[in-house]
Amino acid sequence: MRATIRLAATGVTLAMLLLGAARASHAADSLNPPADAKAFQKFFTDKFPKVKLEDFVNGPYSMDEGLYKQWKEKEEFPPYEFALDAGRDLFAKPFKNGKSFADCFPNKGIGIRQNYPYFDEKRGKVITLEVAINECLESNGEKPFSYTKDDMASVTAYMAFTSRGKPFDIKIPNDPRALAAYENGKKYFYTRRGQLNFSCATCHVQSPGDHIRAEVLAPALGILNAMPIYRSEWGGMGTISRRFTSCNSQVRAVPLKPQDDEYRDLEYYLSYVSNGLPISGPGARP
Amino acid sequence: MRNSVIRISVFCAMSVLLASGAISAWAASTEADYKAAYSAAETANNEAGKLRNQWTTTVSALKDAKKAAEGGDFDKAVALSKHAEALAKASIFQSTEQKDAWKAMEIK
Ligand code: HEC
Repeated sequence: MRATIRLAATGVTLAMLLLGAARASHAADSLNPPADAKAFQKFFTDKFPKVKLEDFVNGPYSMDEGLYKQWKEKEEFPPYEFALDAGRDLFAKPFKNGKSFADCFPNKGIGIRQNYPYFDEKRGKVITLEVAINECLESNGEKPFSYTKDDMASVTAYMAFTSRGKPFDIKIPNDPRALAAYENGKKYFYTRRGQLNFSCATCHVQSPGDHIRAEVLAPALGILNAMPIYRSEWGGMGTISRRFTSCNSQVRAVPLKPQDDEYRDLEYYLSYVSNGLPISGPGARP
Repeated sequence: MRNSVIRISVFCAMSVLLASGAISAWAASTEADYKAAYSAAETANNEAGKLRNQWTTTVSALKDAKKAAEGGDFDKAVALSKHAEALAKASIFQSTEQKDAWKAMEIK
């Protein structure tokens, strides 16, 4: 992995691209999300036989015993505590029109994180929790939050917290557009991009547990269950949107706009293949 | 007499300046060269944008090219524009190649 990164970083991009072209294999298309999810989970449990399925949600901490101990210690005084409190307040605070977040969500927004994103058949689009939160604000005459941090991180932290332990339960309705969104998300996940010519899978499928700079790469299985996260490097909290855009920049790809269709579809795919793994957010990272 | 000597030497100095200007214009890049190179790079980068695959390095090369041109260094501005165009074209190539090649990495 290190060697790959170094090689790519020297910027001999075209040569790598050409190699990639020669290697490309064209398997017949067949869309079968349940089979995908099964193969995805099997890949990681085979690769890391010592890690329990539900522990993959701890990202880098699931990959290394020393780190796991650090994580246990961190959880005693979690650095996301402040955001969690802020989120609880924001969630309860009435909008100017007297309504609140509870009025926008099933079960008043408590314990529902595991059901996002979902496919909205009326609009033919994937709706992530972040999008649903901003739609709630806007439909009640409030200003939307920035997608990447601060209030959005706080409210999603609170909503994840009330859902801890509930397994991801992402559904793909019998609608060709839903299947297309799922497939588009899968494609985004495996597509190489940026000058370094990496896909999400290069780092989070082929190299989880490896070190990249000072960080340990998280496995793609359960990679969204702990969101949003506190990161020391950010000096604060970040949402799924923040993580996706920063992972794009790392490979020298210009990030898309938060919650553009590709990112929504990507989140749909990644959440679906982690069905059955428990929500553990908010998370704390080194 | 004095006057004409002065006039001649002024003329000589000017023609040397002009000549050297002409030579350097012939060897080096003009603003027009920069504009053409920059526009080609921008077009390629816009195409990469349509493919949703711009590279950060292309964007910064374009920015640096503009800065060099603003500082009057058209040689540098042209070189950076060409670099940006090459990067943009590589990103387009990458997108085209990945249209199907992404499947090679899929967990089955
Ligand atoms: C160059 C390698 C690299 C690539 C490519 C990459 N990432 Fe990451 N990613 C990282 C690093 C480093 C971290 C921080 C350490 C960690 O948690 O894995 C990270 C963290 C994450 C996390 C948070 C995991 C956690 O538990 O804290 C998510 C989610 C994520 N990446 C998603 C993606 C997605 C989606 C893509 C493709 C768009 C992607 N990454 C591409 C390197 C990469």
